[in-house]
Amino acid sequence: MTALLEARDLCAFYGDTQVLFGLELAVEEGSITTLLGANGAGKTTTLRSLSGMVRTRGDIRFDGRSLAGQATESIVRRGIAHVPQGRGTFSRQTVEENLKIGAMARRDRAGIAGDIERVYGYFPRLKTRRRQQAGTLSGGEQQMLAVGRALMLRPRLMLLDEPSFGLAPIIVAELLDILGALNRSDRVSMLLVEQNAAIALELAHHAYLIETGRLVMAGSAAELRANENIRKSYLGY
Amino acid sequence: MELFLHQILAGLATGGIYACMALAVVMIYQAIDHLNFAQGEMAMFSTFVAWQLMQWGAPFWVAFVVTIVLSFGAGVVIERVVFKPIREAPVLSHVVVFIALLAILNSAAGFIWDYQIKSFPSPFGSGPLFGQNLISPHDAGMIAVTLVLLVLLYLFFLHTRVGLAMRAAAANPESARLAGIRVGWMIALGWGMAAAIGAVAGMMIAPVVFLEPQMMLSILLYGFAAAVVGGLTSPGGAVLGGFAVGIIENLAGTYIPVVGRELKLSIALSIIVVVLLVKPNGLFGRRVVTRV
Repeated sequence: MTALLEARDLCAFYGDTQVLFGLELAVEEGSITTLLGANGAGKTTTLRSLSGMVRTRGDIRFDGRSLAGQATESIVRRGIAHVPQGRGTFSRQTVEENLKIGAMARRDRAGIAGDIERVYGYFPRLKTRRRQQAGTLSGGEQQMLAVGRALMLRPRLMLLDEPSFGLAPIIVAELLDILGALNRSDRVSMLLVEQNAAIALELAHHAYLIETGRLVMAGSAAELRANENIRKSYLGY
Repeated sequence: MELFLHQILAGLATGGIYACMALAVVMIYQAIDHLNFAQGEMAMFSTFVAWQLMQWGAPFWVAFVVTIVLSFGAGVVIERVVFKPIREAPVLSHVVVFIALLAILNSAAGFIWDYQIKSFPSPFGSGPLFGQNLISPHDAGMIAVTLVLLVLLYLFFLHTRVGLAMRAAAANPESARLAGIRVGWMIALGWGMAAAIGAVAGMMIAPVVFLEPQMMLSILLYGFAAAVVGGLTSPGGAVLGGFAVGIIENLAGTYIPVVGRELKLSIALSIIVVVLLVKPNGLFGRRVVTRV
């Protein structure tokens, strides 16, 4: 097994308060891994730790090299695209400018132009709104824009923070279909944080469950889906 | 009528300078959310540098360009050395450092070049321009230089990659970092550009107000007024505000008998107060709404 991303004994702190306690997790190359947990379990913090946005202790390795102490910008430039909670839209910039911002770490003009068209191919609605201020988009469109912006990096790994949040079920299904397709066609690895465990386990190959900053379960998505506790607490049947 | 037109044109000329100062203030405000009180002294210091270069024999436009480049570099250095370390510090720390910078630049200029008022040459000559008396050659030149500068800035911000990166970094720093933008360097770049714009304003206004360490004090106040009128979040608004303040100042000084020369400066302050009372976000500013 080759882990693209590996965290060992990962602890995270907000000020003096410790919020993650020795997490061990890995994302295999080409796989979709999901991180489940209740509100406040530390899912978002885990992603922010991986992107160097909170103070951490422990070892994080990406493609065999340590990310410890790296600035967020540098981590991103290694090929880790983080789609943050709240979507991080540049609301006063146009849709197309948002996509160009996503490609700031790249230099290949022609490739960037091609990738913008490719994102429009995945999300045709963004194309019709390309000259519109991104702040005027609906929630679903902004989420698509956030995924599109992340794709503009040509990432090896995407960190997705609750992409389903606040979206209508039909939009969620559409979005997850595209994520699955991207994973198969481009072998983009993904670490997906979701409150909606049912859809996450359907899409993912591997899963972790955390509670109050601690890892409580790890395994294949099928194993977690079959687990009685998970079924009762997180899937609700 | 001719007096009126003359005052409008003269107002546009000084208004262009206020617009530049306002733009410099807005650029730094957008990047770090603080008002740079030292913007005027930075511009003054740059103008002295230009004067010194000309004393050493450089022609005006050579000194002009060299000064812009040096000011840009100095702006970047000031950000890296002084403001980067206090990025997360509270407002008061910033205020104190701005005031310190203001005092240091002011006394350094006084120490190096003394407080004697010096004349600063205009590159646009004197005498009537094209045989008319409506606008002096220097006023016309000021308007031209400001307009060129504004167009260049517009093109830079709207049509270049770095311009877009700077806008992204100012609009949403966290999200910009997640796009791999080196936000810290974008802020430094903003400082460098603000310093360079201030230098242009200083060199253009110096033939009018003469060169001395206090020369930019009132200019910066007008610049602040312009920035407030336009809304501190809107570069375009700041520019319009600059021209508006320049014209208002001139017309009020001419037509309201009480105002005259002595009270002109208080107009800038009145404008600031009135705008803040009536429309706190300026005419073109965006209301900042914080979601709880």
